[in-house]
Amino acid sequence: MAIEPVDDAQSQAEKAPPLAPDISDKVKRPKWGKVKSAGAAQSPLLGAAMFAPAVLYLLAILGGPFILAVIYAFSDIRIGSTEMHWVGLENFRSILQSPSFRTSIENSFIFTFCSQVIVIIGSTILAVALEKKFRGRGIFRFLILLPWVAPISLGAIGWKWILDSLYSVINWVLVAVHLFKPYEAPMWLGEPHLAMASVILVQSWRLLPFATVIMLAGLTAIPKEIPEAAAIDGAGFWRTLFEINIPMMLPIINVAVLFGIIFTFTDMTVVYILTAGGPFDSTQVLPSYAYFTGILGSDLAAGAAVSLFLVPLLVIIAWLMLRTAHRAEVV
Amino acid sequence: MAVVQTRNLTKVFKQGEIGAVNDVNLETREGEFLVFLGPSGSGKTTLLRMIAGLETPTAGEILIGGRVVNDLAPRERRIAMVFQSYALYPHLSVYKNIAFPLKAQKVPKDAHKVKVEWAASLLGIRDLLQRKPRELSGGERQRVALARAIVREPSVFLLDEPLSNLDAKLRASAREELERFHRRINTTTIYVTHDQIEAMAMGDRIVVLHKGYVRQIGAPTEVYDDPADTFVATFLGSPPMNLIPDTDVIVGFRPEHFRVASAVTDTDKIPLKFQVENVEYLGAEWILSGALVGGRFNGKKAVSRLLFGQEFEIGKTYDFAVPERRLKFFDPVTEKKTAARKLAWQ
Amino acid sequence: MSKERQSRLWPALLRLAVLSIFTILLAFPFYWMVITTFKQNSDLYDLQSNPFIFNAKPTLDHLRFLFGQTMYLRWLGNTALVGLLVVTITLVLAIPAAYSLTRLTGRWGQRLGIIIFLTYLIPPTLLFIPLSKVVADLGLQDTIWSLVVVYPSFTVPFSIWLLMGFFKSIPRELEDAAMVDGLTRFGAFVKMVVPISISGILTVVIFTFTLVTQEFVYALTFISTEPHQMVGVGIPIFLIRGDVYYWGSLMAACLIASLPIAFLYNLFLDRFIAGFTVGAVKG
Repeated sequence: MAIEPVDDAQSQAEKAPPLAPDISDKVKRPKWGKVKSAGAAQSPLLGAAMFAPAVLYLLAILGGPFILAVIYAFSDIRIGSTEMHWVGLENFRSILQSPSFRTSIENSFIFTFCSQVIVIIGSTILAVALEKKFRGRGIFRFLILLPWVAPISLGAIGWKWILDSLYSVINWVLVAVHLFKPYEAPMWLGEPHLAMASVILVQSWRLLPFATVIMLAGLTAIPKEIPEAAAIDGAGFWRTLFEINIPMMLPIINVAVLFGIIFTFTDMTVVYILTAGGPFDSTQVLPSYAYFTGILGSDLAAGAAVSLFLVPLLVIIAWLMLRTAHRAEVV
Repeated sequence: MAVVQTRNLTKVFKQGEIGAVNDVNLETREGEFLVFLGPSGSGKTTLLRMIAGLETPTAGEILIGGRVVNDLAPRERRIAMVFQSYALYPHLSVYKNIAFPLKAQKVPKDAHKVKVEWAASLLGIRDLLQRKPRELSGGERQRVALARAIVREPSVFLLDEPLSNLDAKLRASAREELERFHRRINTTTIYVTHDQIEAMAMGDRIVVLHKGYVRQIGAPTEVYDDPADTFVATFLGSPPMNLIPDTDVIVGFRPEHFRVASAVTDTDKIPLKFQVENVEYLGAEWILSGALVGGRFNGKKAVSRLLFGQEFEIGKTYDFAVPERRLKFFDPVTEKKTAARKLAWQ
Repeated sequence: MSKERQSRLWPALLRLAVLSIFTILLAFPFYWMVITTFKQNSDLYDLQSNPFIFNAKPTLDHLRFLFGQTMYLRWLGNTALVGLLVVTITLVLAIPAAYSLTRLTGRWGQRLGIIIFLTYLIPPTLLFIPLSKVVADLGLQDTIWSLVVVYPSFTVPFSIWLLMGFFKSIPRELEDAAMVDGLTRFGAFVKMVVPISISGILTVVIFTFTLVTQEFVYALTFISTEPHQMVGVGIPIFLIRGDVYYWGSLMAACLIASLPIAFLYNLFLDRFIAGFTVGAVKG
């Protein structure tokens, strides 16, 4: 009675923790031994048929417009144009000369870098605090998740009220404890540096829950015996955290950072709602500048050209992400 | 080198439920290889973890080297532990893995190299120092784990089923290496396993645990030849001891002592007729299972273990016997061993 | 107190302090929304009064205004409808695709899956300008159909990635056994794999719906009139009349649109994390 060797991917799948309820006892098994996995004989035709709709759709909705964006950037198209002419590098020349554009690139980097630093440090601290079970952990988790779950535009409006020039509750508290005189309280959204700080703060506020969830996943994936071995080896809390836990979480920290960079660099919602780019372009970022130029300014070509500057960054991040995903397997 | 003692050690995980470890009293001897043996759920790992300081006892005391260590963190107990998965730090090289305890204990950096190389040569892994754990085989990982444990020169070694993750083929040679290792360093070692063969082969003494209670502590010969209760009697030895219930006693004898009557040379032997129901050939021996025929034990199941069994046929009855001195007696209620007695056999 | 218990108290207190600070920072805006919703205007806009307490009686005026005098309900309806349609389209596209990439296409299928996942990183702020022209040319300008057509472009990649994680954790043997019993590959997929994956599919439904409610740029760009707008864009654009902010109603609107989603999300978070880590670790 020959027994067929078991396909390797099959046994790999068996080692992964099943998310689906185990119904293997309800399924009949052939009595003469394990069946050579039919998966080894791929069904490429059926497979292609099953993913074709999704891939074709994505090619159409993502690929088409992307090519169009490039074409527009080299044309003179406006909202309501019936025809389009080639203008070469004219759009790029004029936006590169525009001080608003240069400011918005600068701001984009500041905005992204500062918020990511805050988010990474904050989410690591939170993840460590939330790791062990304790009474009430569920409530904390729910409250901590709120900024991510609520539509960001609505959360931003909430902050706009909290940071209002006249009625800010923060200012009320600052005045009440006599740190500021009533009419000298900070103009959170009206003063250039403060506005940038506010926008960074709100973006960090919004991303912190998501990053925490990812960090927590990375932290709980560490086999429990490793920190125990470290404890026996003599490591205290801080050494274990910085020399063992965090290094082991590095692949997933990478993933969180890369996600965060993309979501922040390409986001316009927070800026649009809180400051609309102001005061005086001090919070203008690339995507919001593209919107104001292309849609509100009707100059689709210039808007497209501005937004194309996002592409180099996206490509770099995508490449970094591919390399990390490969390494994240080896934990 | 130190002696580990526990006094009335108890661990209850959930209020109101039976403890994982109940009232355990034991004391190691200097330099001995002590084995905690028991099935899963017997409390052996919990007991080890309490000694390590990874679990807090509910009641009782743990002493290492004469000091009560209940309130001491693991790193203050001068112990080393090897986990079932070895728990090597995957992002550190073998060298850094072994050096980690030195770093954590703030040993000056210039001393690291010497000590790491000493530990590595002791285990024959000097050429692996720059590798990462994921590049090593199971046996090599065990050696790295041992090197990391010994580099701190601990007074007690704790090992939690380190052989269970190895291939069956590898297990025998890894076991031999562990035994050699212990003979060389001569540190008090506590070893947890569910495998009774490992326990018998490696242990100087065995602590047999069941459902959180200690059933017997003794050298392999003691627990095998003179089991304290029916659990120890059936847990050690494969196939397990035959236990035949009688009116007010349980009679026990091991399959290897239950042979063809003509082959039993003892003068005092108990004759038993045995009907064979199944014959298994294992290569080095034969296992015959069946039932006793006639007399007070008619119909009771028994197993025999022989070197030569090819002439036995299923369905036939043969004259077997057990030497009287090999009989064990247990109380049916307490399951503990009781005094020998004479029984009428026919 | 024994030294051991002492050393366990400190970390616990520290943890509580850290958690409380973060929780207050993160949840405060929502608490503030609640307070503002029920405060009378005279109380809200009085600089002297303590903002943390109700100096005048709580009122339902803002809620009445929101539901009676604005198109809020209409926006909620639009959002729900778009959500439903987009979820359906996403499931139809993503479930077969994820299965096929996991089971039927071998190594190049895995690679294709990673590429599809990467398309999730293509931001709306890159494509919205050309898409706005396409939408206008197709006559879909200012209709919810523009969103229904475009939204799957980010919900589908995300869902495929999540579902691949779930499918990978189902043992192949189940389908093999079904095929030995006489089902075709596709039949095994429909009758065996899909029913087992219901919890994974539900997770995808919730997260897709959340992605729809959160979207801002496309809705802002494609939809121009009030009756057709979604709730995430309608509130900031149309509830601010001129320079006057009706903060009471604004906060009420934000609160009501945020909380139900929060509850649903929380229920499914564990499944999402499980799917995320399986997906992330396996690349």
